[in-house]
Amino acid sequence: MNKVLIFGGTSAIAEEYAQLILSNGGQVFLVGRNTNTLTRTAKDLEIRSGSSPDTVHTLAINFTNYDEIKNCFNQADKTLQGISKVLVAHGCLPEQEELQNDFSAAINSHHVNYLSAVAVCESAAQYFLEKAISGQISVISSVAGDRGRKSNYFYGASKGALSLYLQGLRGRLHSSEITVLTVKPGFVDTPMTSHLEKGLLWAKPASIAAGILRAEETKRNIVYLPFYWFSIMLCIKLIPECIFKKLSI
Amino acid sequence: MSPWYHKQFQSWGRLNAAPSRAISTSDPQRLKDALSEENGKILAYGLGRSYGDSCLNSEGDVIETTGMNKLISFDPDAGLLTAEAGISLDEVLRVIVPRGCFLPTTPGTKFITLGGAVANDVHGKNHHVAGAFGNNVIQFSLLRSDGSLMVCSRENNKEWFHATIGGLGLTGLIIDVTLQLKKISSSHLDVKSIPFRNIDEFFEISQNHDGEFEHSVSWIDCLSKGASLGRGIYMGGNHATNGELSVHTDPKASIPFNAPSLLLSPFNIRLFNAFYYNLQKAKRPKGKVHYDPFFYPLDTLNNWNKLYGKQGFFQYQSVIPHEHALETTRAMLSEISHSKQGSFLAVLKRFGDIPSDGMLSFSRPGITLALDFPNNGMPVKELFNRLDKIVKEASGCLYPAKDSRMTDFASFYPQILEFEKFIDPKFSSDFWQRCHHQK
Repeated sequence: MNKVLIFGGTSAIAEEYAQLILSNGGQVFLVGRNTNTLTRTAKDLEIRSGSSPDTVHTLAINFTNYDEIKNCFNQADKTLQGISKVLVAHGCLPEQEELQNDFSAAINSHHVNYLSAVAVCESAAQYFLEKAISGQISVISSVAGDRGRKSNYFYGASKGALSLYLQGLRGRLHSSEITVLTVKPGFVDTPMTSHLEKGLLWAKPASIAAGILRAEETKRNIVYLPFYWFSIMLCIKLIPECIFKKLSI
Repeated sequence: MSPWYHKQFQSWGRLNAAPSRAISTSDPQRLKDALSEENGKILAYGLGRSYGDSCLNSEGDVIETTGMNKLISFDPDAGLLTAEAGISLDEVLRVIVPRGCFLPTTPGTKFITLGGAVANDVHGKNHHVAGAFGNNVIQFSLLRSDGSLMVCSRENNKEWFHATIGGLGLTGLIIDVTLQLKKISSSHLDVKSIPFRNIDEFFEISQNHDGEFEHSVSWIDCLSKGASLGRGIYMGGNHATNGELSVHTDPKASIPFNAPSLLLSPFNIRLFNAFYYNLQKAKRPKGKVHYDPFFYPLDTLNNWNKLYGKQGFFQYQSVIPHEHALETTRAMLSEISHSKQGSFLAVLKRFGDIPSDGMLSFSRPGITLALDFPNNGMPVKELFNRLDKIVKEASGCLYPAKDSRMTDFASFYPQILEFEKFIDPKFSSDFWQRCHHQK
């Protein structure tokens, strides 16, 4: 049975993912920032998946407090009686311009989008290694981390750093039974992106969640979701820097 | 980081874009803060399926409600569901159908929010049995800009209950809704279709067969003339008594860009209507049909509104009291047919006698006619003025959720003076701005 510890458990993708886990008889432990949102999400998940109330658990923490992150593993381990998967789905999408004018906000965004994700992954690796059990660590990075763009480079840099970190972690854990999955979604229609105009390339959180589950089952290392983002990013990465810097994307 | 952002909003008719400052949150405290900090006028925006301007607030502020989509409780045995107001009927169906429940009534699309269904007191093919949406609402909570949260039902805060149902989102922000569902034993319906050769036959058939079917609606060829004026197909359906409980699937295709206006030439529309009539007449679909194609045939095509081109389109929906219904509907159809303007989708339906719960509700006993018209500027607006006159003479009424040009709201809805007392001082909409000056 899948027992999944989810960070950013109230995010749209995480909720869809949790629903899939629950519908297949699994259990989830949701970690988020806001107690009220966590409670509402837990009740919603129970109803949608038709699962019993003791299959959804919640904990509110401050994501920039790394002791609290570590503590989540103890709590979830006790409650779920063992963790089989960890999903890192928390993050924020700050306004680029705001960060250019406010460096402390920029630092904060790196804390949320990069450092706290690393803190989770380190704790997860330690948890699975200490218990000497197989495990799955899936982390939602972004296509924005594949190349720095002027419109979004603080966010992109956090996600790019995260993707690099995960490559290293994957190498370190390669001889163990721990799989590390880097998820690179493109545009997803979630509350985090409600301020943006939607177009053809936008995907629904439910399809991203299903894609993550498929990638986990097939033990993928890196997955672009939906799949066509692999080709899009390949083209974007191939543009020479001397031309790319002039583009307004 | 400011939670506000700027965005262009459109309604389903795509006639214009309304720039608004917007916020999207489901956090109750943030919603309260947003309302108390509001200096101008604000309006809830859900999935934007209102056709005209009742969901727009140009130059004002907007609360995007689709993030408020959590289920709060569901009792399949009692058929009771409570959910946040931004949840879509699409999401609700996915949860309730497998457990043997269905919406008490539903409009022709499932891509609307629960809050929008209440605020427009929408109706469906079973109006003659179930009344309008509001008739099936047990209670809802309403957040006012003064920070108060009112639980409204037929017992508590009942005047607010009646003002908010069909209240076009002007009485405050609907936070959650409790709904009485219908129990079903199958996700399919037993369906029968009966062609009628003209409008007189429609009246006969709908009178004789509405008792047989829980759901009924008629498609008409709005460009037929003379002895065939108002020919069409009557479709009736009942929930099947046994079978599987399967949920609908996602839309199959999408219209990615505006269709060229050539497609909508009167000739093509006439051709389509004649073809469709003869096809349905020959085929006479009968038997078991899943609820998705029966209730939501257009939902399979994402953004079908783009088929009307970049100018957008109007919808005109009226209801005519029974006593004048036949001759008035005939007069309207003849006016439309002569104007050579018309649409793929013209729908006739007999409303039942269950009184609506909303102060400004549209549905009432009578015959309702709904048509789409491509926006061609003056000709269609002149046609509407002529239709308005016919509707008014028959003491009929127009539907605000479909409207973007009504010139005499107060004469259709004299209750407006009573309703005004319930409007939240910080709420408004483009529809309201347009109509309350007309008093």
